[in-house]
Amino acid sequence: MKNVRLETVSKMFGSAVGVENVDIDVKPGEFFTFLGPSGCGKTTTLRMIAGFYFPTKGKIYFDNRDVTTLQPNKRNIGMVFQNYALFPHMTVFENIAFGLEVRKMSKAVIKEKVERAQKLVHLEKYGARKINELSGGQQQRVALARALVIEPDILLLDEPLSNLDAKLREETRVEIKRLQVELGVTTIYVTHDQTEAMTMSDRIMVMKEGVVQQIGTPQEIYNKPTNHFVASFIGESNVLDGEVVEIIENSVKVKLEDHIFVRGSIDQTANGKKLEIGEKIKCSIRPEAVFEGPGVNELRGTVQLVEFTGVSINYVVKVGSNIMKVMIINKGNRILNRGDSITLHVPENGIYLIGE
Amino acid sequence: MSGNQDAMKENWWNRLTRSKYFVYVLISPIFLVLLAYVIYPFYQTFLQSVMTEEGATFENYQRFFGLTSTANLEALWTSIYISVISVITCAIVGVTMAFLMERYEFPGRKILSVLILVPMALPPLVGVLSFTFLYGESGIIPRFFQALFNLDSVPFALKGVVGVIVVHTFTMYTYFYLTAAAAIKGLDPSLEEAATSLGSGRIRIWLKVILPMLTPSLVASSLLVFMISMASYTAPLMFGVDRTMTMQIYLSRTNGNLDMAATQSTILSIVSISFLILMRWYQGRRNFQNQSKGIGVHRTELRSQWAKYLSMAFSFIGVIILMLPILVLVLISFSVDGEWTVQIIPTSYTLQHYIDLFTDERTWRPIWNSLQMSFVATAGNILFGVAAAYALVRMKFKGKVFLDILIMVPWALPGTVVAVNLIAAFSEPTVFSFNQVLIGTFWILPLAYFVRHLPLIFRSTSAALMQMDESVEEAARSLGANWWYTFRRVVMPMAFSGILAGTLLALVQGIGEFVASILIYSTSTMPLSVAIFQKMYAFQFGTACAYGVLQIVLIILVLFISQKLTDGKAGAAI
Repeated sequence: MKNVRLETVSKMFGSAVGVENVDIDVKPGEFFTFLGPSGCGKTTTLRMIAGFYFPTKGKIYFDNRDVTTLQPNKRNIGMVFQNYALFPHMTVFENIAFGLEVRKMSKAVIKEKVERAQKLVHLEKYGARKINELSGGQQQRVALARALVIEPDILLLDEPLSNLDAKLREETRVEIKRLQVELGVTTIYVTHDQTEAMTMSDRIMVMKEGVVQQIGTPQEIYNKPTNHFVASFIGESNVLDGEVVEIIENSVKVKLEDHIFVRGSIDQTANGKKLEIGEKIKCSIRPEAVFEGPGVNELRGTVQLVEFTGVSINYVVKVGSNIMKVMIINKGNRILNRGDSITLHVPENGIYLIGE
Repeated sequence: MSGNQDAMKENWWNRLTRSKYFVYVLISPIFLVLLAYVIYPFYQTFLQSVMTEEGATFENYQRFFGLTSTANLEALWTSIYISVISVITCAIVGVTMAFLMERYEFPGRKILSVLILVPMALPPLVGVLSFTFLYGESGIIPRFFQALFNLDSVPFALKGVVGVIVVHTFTMYTYFYLTAAAAIKGLDPSLEEAATSLGSGRIRIWLKVILPMLTPSLVASSLLVFMISMASYTAPLMFGVDRTMTMQIYLSRTNGNLDMAATQSTILSIVSISFLILMRWYQGRRNFQNQSKGIGVHRTELRSQWAKYLSMAFSFIGVIILMLPILVLVLISFSVDGEWTVQIIPTSYTLQHYIDLFTDERTWRPIWNSLQMSFVATAGNILFGVAAAYALVRMKFKGKVFLDILIMVPWALPGTVVAVNLIAAFSEPTVFSFNQVLIGTFWILPLAYFVRHLPLIFRSTSAALMQMDESVEEAARSLGANWWYTFRRVVMPMAFSGILAGTLLALVQGIGEFVASILIYSTSTMPLSVAIFQKMYAFQFGTACAYGVLQIVLIILVLFISQKLTDGKAGAAI
């Protein structure tokens, strides 16, 4: 259980920027996720924490110890790789025991610890198996046991679920979270899958092109995205262009395209930004924040596309020249057809102003 | 106290392995060895070719390309056209065989697919030897036909340039066969199915889909066969074709014309190294890879009756042709020396040669010499080959491309040239030979074997390392293992089969090495191959063939073990 702190860490690959000025402070025992599309620098950042890359600029601390250029084998980290990186010439037992042997523990202690680790990941009977005799999910659990058995200060997981099929991914996700909570180990998790990030994390760092976009709890990231990228990368969102036309106390009136007006709250502004009249901004409206029928911020439009998922009815609605995705929870409502007109309304707290 | 010292030592070592200059510590011995035993000898040969008493001139080169005496130009021309024709004949035989074996199911296919690699088990000298016994002027087959039809002289005999080309074809078609067979095996059948579904006919599919997919492997094999043909020495020697580059070098040397030998060597080296670079460049840009794993190609079964008979006859002839060279060696190895003169096959037989191999001091000596020298050379090869492979596959450093080319240069250099270079460099004391004259000592042959076979271990180890995911090493590091522990416990065991395959190959090649040996051996360390050569000329065919059979047995053993170790991927090492 250690705290991990990155201070203005940058990594250049030749003249190309890998990551730029990352500042984070991961609390002891926290489950912290780096989220972003491929090539956003999340793995690079993780590898700097692991010690496989050294930062071009900035410092990395474990608790208050400067580990910026410490070799990976001196960091006491446990790492799970995307492809598991198990030793193919060793058995399950030998794989898990590897880190303990490096630490020169006695045979008896190793045996006891490895067996405990095998039990932890439900692989008690597989000790003598070779790696290629295991399924993908089992290999994944060996990798996890191998990383955990050394009682690492920090657990690093690099897209550990991306090689599993959908069902197994969900099971393993729950499993990893359970282990993390039980063991209380500080965990840094890299993924491009927002569901994984949202369901598992205490906090999420969203990255794009090497630059940190937002750090916050899943709720903050979802409900209060700081910019267009975060709003549309996490979940779905209608990001509409608008212009501030009126501010009365806490209420902001925004003109969307085609003279459609909506009213939002000044508290629902990214980064507590001060708004001015005439300013161009973007409104983020989540599909589930839009309701059918008359009410505040009433909008009239035409149904362009209908999707029935069972849980919900998804419409793509054209309001003036604005295209909006709308998700109506299925409570047995009548399902409209393409071309039907529809009346929608958006409560004030469903509109989030994210600036330009 | 000692514990403290250990801690100090470990710190020192740890600091070293962590430094970004560690890679240079690792590669500098490799560079040094290549400098000392490849570049420096090469440079000395070049010096010898341009230095006369009056200073540096290109007189020798003018003489080489001059028209007053055309022997050299003729030799260059003969070498090139033998090589080109060898490429063509090897390609025709190799690719045809690959298609037949991979695409059709016919009676006799199984046995043929095993025996088709027999030529690989024939060391060059032994192969040529058996061909002269079989098809030479006093060979078994021509004499058989002479007797059969009661002719005055043999109706045909293998000799001259044709003989060289036939031997080249027999021994080198396997390069085409292996790469073409691998490529055909790797061809995704869905590509053909896709082409068919788009309306392509059979011929169009071959021209537009299959051939383009095979092109990379065909070009690579062509370059390889060309290079080996240029370097070929044994076949021209035995079939009496003097006007090839390698023979000219040999003759210039034995006539004491050292400047000219050096000139010829330099020119041949330049040709060979250009081909090496061309090959590396081509391999670098070939990128046809199948996207899918899918199922392998289905073999078409022959249905019509006559096709079955035809294929059976074909298989039968194939098996005979492939087996004859070995069978004849075995047969003659049991013959009494000096008794076989004008008969079709030897008349009297004995087990004595095999007993002598291991009991008679004089017969055993060359075997023991070769074993010793090859072991010494191979030990050095393992050390430097594995280190070089690790450095080139896993590490980043300046001069990487250069090292990559440099380490493969000895592989491209004809054995004759390697020998001439070593003579030029080590006839006098040098720093690199610890101020000793190496020529005439035990050490010159292991050195030659070391230089010639370094690429074998290097290549097989690199191939193994390349298949190994780098994250496995990172995993070991993240679990607390330092560089050395990781190398020992993870890298070595995972690359083990590759290293061993290369090692065994280098070992048997060292035991059978002839081309460089013949130029630099001394009577006290006569190697096995030179002994075979001498027995041959002393008409002790039986002993010569017993030596040959011993070599073949060793090679087959090694090929078998490598095949088992690498799951049939041993081709990468050869």
